Amino acid sequence: MSIDVKNLNKKFGAFVAVNNVSFHVKTGSLTAILGPSGSGKSTLLRIISGLETADSGEIHLTGAESTYQSVKDRNVGFVFQHYALFKHMTVAENIAFGLNVRKRNREETRERVQELLHLVQLEGLDKRYPSQLSGGQKQRVALARALAPRPQVLLLDEPFGALDAKVRDELREWITHLHKETNVTTLFVTHDQHEALEIADRILVMNKGSIEQEGTALDIFDHPASHFVAQFVGETNYIEASLCEPELVCWGSFKFSVNGYKMGDKIRIYFRPNDVYVSPTPETLQVKGVITETRFRGPLIELTLDIGEDKFITALIPKGVALASGYKKGEEVFLGITAFHSFRV
Amino acid sequence: MTESRFIRYLLLSVALLFLGLFLFVPLATVFTRALEKGGDVYWEAIRNPDTWSAIRLTVLASVIAVLLNLIFGVAAAWAIAKFDFIGKNILISLIDLPFAVSPVVSGLIYVLLFGLQGVWGPWLLEHNIKIIFAVPGIVLATTFVTFPFVARELIPLLQAQGTEEEEAAVVLGANGWQTFWKVTLPNMKWGLLYGLILTNARAMGEFGAVSVVSGHIRGETNTIPLHVEILYNEYNYAAAFAVASLLAALALVTLAIKSYVEWKSEL
Repeated sequence: MSIDVKNLNKKFGAFVAVNNVSFHVKTGSLTAILGPSGSGKSTLLRIISGLETADSGEIHLTGAESTYQSVKDRNVGFVFQHYALFKHMTVAENIAFGLNVRKRNREETRERVQELLHLVQLEGLDKRYPSQLSGGQKQRVALARALAPRPQVLLLDEPFGALDAKVRDELREWITHLHKETNVTTLFVTHDQHEALEIADRILVMNKGSIEQEGTALDIFDHPASHFVAQFVGETNYIEASLCEPELVCWGSFKFSVNGYKMGDKIRIYFRPNDVYVSPTPETLQVKGVITETRFRGPLIELTLDIGEDKFITALIPKGVALASGYKKGEEVFLGITAFHSFRV
Repeated sequence: MTESRFIRYLLLSVALLFLGLFLFVPLATVFTRALEKGGDVYWEAIRNPDTWSAIRLTVLASVIAVLLNLIFGVAAAWAIAKFDFIGKNILISLIDLPFAVSPVVSGLIYVLLFGLQGVWGPWLLEHNIKIIFAVPGIVLATTFVTFPFVARELIPLLQAQGTEEEEAAVVLGANGWQTFWKVTLPNMKWGLLYGLILTNARAMGEFGAVSVVSGHIRGETNTIPLHVEILYNEYNYAAAFAVASLLAALALVTLAIKSYVEWKSEL
């Protein structure tokens, strides 16, 4: 029930969709492939399912070589972004499809369909046609249909992409629940970092056909391995500078201790808005900024700060702190950065 | 709508008047002329052995044309809509060729190929195979002129449907055959039926191409439209219109089925 991908490559003409990708998905895990559109994540998923063939590389499903196996023999469950339900079949017929084409016994099929209808909480809708269902219901039928033949692995291609925000949140929660219940090894593709960070055990961040980083949500958020991951996952600020003395980056009156760079290297310093510390008094802080905008963000207040040289950064501070300090537009404040990551550009 | 009642009625009247003059009056004329000498003359004309022979030949040619177009049209549409291959645009243009070419030219092509003076004429004569001025020529010409109907109807339909459902089917373990019968065919059945109805109507009514290859041998190589022409040229108006009324009735039935199919496919 595991997935092993080794040195996978795929080109469409001159466009490199998948570039020497290798990874391992553990049995029973819920793994996300996160990346912007065009990063090759869907192609990768389609190659694993067999809908697309790789130019080179290997795929092993449950330890067995599947690289040259035909799609229908791979026994994977695949859920499409736009559901791809069979329009002329009822919900029950849709779910039974994978069992019927395998010529399973009729009684067994009927029981399995009932079991799945129960699992996806669509009991009583078995005689409906897809056109009579809401988007969320359609996606649940698609899931049930994919799970019916007991696939080795479940592959989801932007499963919530076509749904509106509220239904998406519900389904997201529900799918983690479903995963705990069925324990099917699941790999899903998404461009929505919240989706990936929230529900996946492990995340593969993809960019331009390559995997930039693999790890847990916490790893990726707190220890981005590349400059792409730093700016793609979560909100971030950056400033670009170079060494002013060995192991020290200077930008205005900001100073960052770094190592591993040469004099003259262009270095980008990334720091998250919640790692910006703001105070009305200098304390030990050297850097001044002017508040150009304040925005209400629920429990947090977002400040846009002008730090000179046409550079604006955002800071997120708890609402209580902001109110107590009385931050207003136009006011001068002092700031410090509590955590950052640096990458050579 | 903001147009005044007057404008609306005016437009409606113009449309109805036009329809009445150009469609309803001729149609009504066919039936009144067919029946003006009474039911007996009408039945006599229909029961005439030559008429029967024409009906049989027309039905035979149409059935074969419909079957061939069913197979070819589905195969071509499936290939064009679901796969990418070199020469796809050329194939699409070729499918349209029979629409672009005059039916008379379509018929002539076969005469030039299979006629006595034609490319394969001498060989066919040697082996005693008759195509021109015989049934095979009529079937060929009919099939040729109806070539585009099924494919043209299905290509946009299949393209709009995309390949996602087929992909879903194969991932679920269906083989090519199962995918076609259980997913693709049900999705295109109304479009296919529509294309076949149009094919049939055109096949039964075809005049030009068939006229060139038929040779107009009474009781042997005459189809209904050719038979109507012969009767008309012989000033046998009652019989001509009686036989023509069969084609007119076919047109009405086709219209009815077509409307039903359109209504069904929208559901």
